[in-house]
Amino acid sequence: MNCKGVIREISNYIDGALEPAEKQELEGHLEHCEDCKIVVDQTKLTVDVFCDSEPVELPGDVRIRLHEALRRKLSEKTQ
Amino acid sequence: MLCVTLMDGKARPWPVIGPIQLLSATNPHQLPSSIAKEDEHLLVAAAKRGDGAAFEELVNRYERKIFRLTMNITRNREDAEDAMQDAFLKSYSHLKDFQEDSRFYTWLVRIAANEALMRLRKRRPNQFSLDEPIEGDEDLMPRELQDWGPSPEQRFAQTEMHEILSDVIDKLEPDFRVVFVLRDIEELSTEETAKTLGISVPAVKSRLLRARLKLRQKLDRYFRQGRTN
Repeated sequence: MNCKGVIREISNYIDGALEPAEKQELEGHLEHCEDCKIVVDQTKLTVDVFCDSEPVELPGDVRIRLHEALRRKLSEKTQ
Repeated sequence: MLCVTLMDGKARPWPVIGPIQLLSATNPHQLPSSIAKEDEHLLVAAAKRGDGAAFEELVNRYERKIFRLTMNITRNREDAEDAMQDAFLKSYSHLKDFQEDSRFYTWLVRIAANEALMRLRKRRPNQFSLDEPIEGDEDLMPRELQDWGPSPEQRFAQTEMHEILSDVIDKLEPDFRVVFVLRDIEELSTEETAKTLGISVPAVKSRLLRARLKLRQKLDRYFRQGRTN
């Protein structure tokens, strides 16, 4: 597998979706290609930082409007 | 009196709020934290029986995440708020249609994503299309690589990190962004993402690959070793 092949399969590799033979081939390339290793590690970290990020607090005014709308909807249902 | 049966099998009185006796908007109802996340299906069941408090608890649990989702897709606060609000109201109206073959949250994400996509298409009719073919592999090869050093995510305070992530995702093209948001932030499966967006599984995979590589490249200017902010 060459560098282009690694880049093409990087998503499948990160997701653990490669066949064992392809995975072995890709990892064999990473052992001697520092650039591809950097790209794989950084792409994995990119996914991780987004995946691990906690959502920020809902702005107060947005939350108030949401719950007011919700209560109107709940009231309709009971009438 | 309304009751909810928790995981320990004990029925406890639900705090007395029905659809008539609702809470003030400035002080939304919060259930005790002892009700674990695993009780989601009990809340859904109670909400299906018309228990408004149970549905409001589901909203309390997921409002931040759903707002993040709609904000990430639309990148417009007004649209994000409208999409979130409509998603919760529609999910309540159609709760009886929820078959419980997936998590309630996953079902909610799909509704919210559709609401957000509708607004994105309206606002950017010529800039957003999931039908257009994407370019070849030539631009994918990263250049000028530099190590990010150990734990770059720990070099930034949480607020700074939020700003960085918001900045880089804002600059990603919408058709790559929506796939990344559903697949990597909301953790939908590739198949669920394809179904939600109405595109094929290979199209999801191809856009996801490009989204991840583009985001890596955009994060590079923040994370390069030696940079602290």
